Amino acid sequence: MARIIVVTSGKGGVGKTTTSAAIAMGLAKKGHKTAVIDFDVGLRNLDLIMGCERRVVYDFVNVINGEASLNQALIRDKHCDLLYILPASQTRDKDSLTQEGVGKILEELSKDFKYIVCDSPAGIEKGAHLAMYFADDAFVVTNPEVSSVRDSDRMLGLLSSKSRRAEQNEEPIKEYLLLSRYAPDRVKLGEMLSVDDVQEILSLHLLGVIPESKSVLNASNSGTPVILDEKSDAGQAYADIVARYLGEDKPHRFIDEKKGLFGKLFGSK
Amino acid sequence: MSLLDYFRTSKGGSASLAKERLQILVAHERSSRNQPSYLPQLQRELLEVIKKYINVDQEAISFNFEQDDNQETLELNIILPDYQAKNS
Ligand SMILES: Nc1ncnc2c1ncn2[C@@H]1O[C@H](COP(=O)(O)OP(=O)(O)OP(=O)(O)O)[C@@H](O)[C@H]1O
Ligand SMILES: [Mg+2]
Repeated sequence: MARIIVVTSGKGGVGKTTTSAAIAMGLAKKGHKTAVIDFDVGLRNLDLIMGCERRVVYDFVNVINGEASLNQALIRDKHCDLLYILPASQTRDKDSLTQEGVGKILEELSKDFKYIVCDSPAGIEKGAHLAMYFADDAFVVTNPEVSSVRDSDRMLGLLSSKSRRAEQNEEPIKEYLLLSRYAPDRVKLGEMLSVDDVQEILSLHLLGVIPESKSVLNASNSGTPVILDEKSDAGQAYADIVARYLGEDKPHRFIDEKKGLFGKLFGSK
Repeated sequence: MSLLDYFRTSKGGSASLAKERLQILVAHERSSRNQPSYLPQLQRELLEVIKKYINVDQEAISFNFEQDDNQETLELNIILPDYQAKNS
C-alpha cells in the first residue's frame, strides 16, 4: 500500500509545485518507488519543473476517461528510475477530474508505488479538494506572510472535515508545516513572521524551513528539481525534509542568518 | 548584544503586528468553523425576538458556541441597556 501525500496551501504561488518536485525526487532517491501527480488541470506546470515537458503524451484526464492506460501516461524521470510523473491535462473543462476517477487511479498506483505525491492547485475548489481528498499525509506549504498563514489555516479546516479519512471517521490526515521562502535576515529585523510565530499561530508540526533561495529559479530554469542541487541551501532544506519525514533525526537548519564577514566582525548572532 | 544587533533591533518591524492580527483572526475563524450551520440564522432570529422586548443594539448581544468532548454549549450574553447606562 502506498502512502498518499498532498502538497497543499490554499494560497497560490507559495511553492507547492517546487516542493512536490523536490520531495518526490528525494523519496525516490532514497529508494522508494514514487509517483508525483499534477492536479492543476488547465495549468500544467509540474512537467516543466521536472524537465519532462517534451515527453508528455497522455495525461491524468486521458487515464480517467480510459483513453490511455496508466502505464502509457506515466513518465519515467530521467534522473531517477524509481520516480514517475503523471502530468495534468491542459483541458479547460474543470469537471474532467472526478472523485471516482481519481480514486481509481490512486488505488491502481497504490499497488505498485510506495509514495504518491499530489501537487495541489491553489484555491479550495474542485482540483484542490480532489488532490487532498484521498491523502494520508498533508504537507502544508506556507510563506511567512499573513494571507498565506490564514489560507493554510483554512486548508487545515478542510483537511480535517472534507477528506476521505474525515468522512469515514478514520485516523485523521497527518499534517506537517513546510515554511517556505524564509528570510532569516528579515525575520531578525522584525519584518517577517518567524518560524516560532507561524508555528504558534497554526500549531502544526514543523517538517522543515526552506529558505528564500536563488537556487530555486535556477532549478526551474533547467527543469531539475532543486533537491538535486546538493550544494544549494534550498536543496539541502528539502533533503532534510525528506529525511525527517522518513523518520531520521535531523536538526532544523536555515532558521538563523548566515554569518557574513560583516556579521562575524561585529559578533552578531 | 552586539553593536550590529543594536542597530537592527532599533528598526522595529511590522511582524509583531502581523502575528497579533493573525492570532485573533485564526482563533475566530477556527471557532466559527466548528459551529453548526444553523447558528447564523438562529442568531439573527433570536436578535429579532430580543429586540421586541428590549431596546438593545447588535453589539450588546454576543453569541458563543463551544464544543468539548461530551457537550456543546451555546452561550448568549445580553448586556441590558439600563446596566450600560448606569456604568457610563
Ligand atoms: N524557496 C524559494 N526561494 C525562492 N523562490 C521560490 C522558492 N520557492 C518557490 N519559489 C518561486 O515561487 C514561484 C512559485 O512557486 P511554485 O510554482 O512552486 O508555487 P505553487 O504554490 O505551485 O504555485 P501555484 O499555486 O500557482 O500552483 C516560482 O517562481 C518559484 O521559483
Ligand atoms: Mg503549482
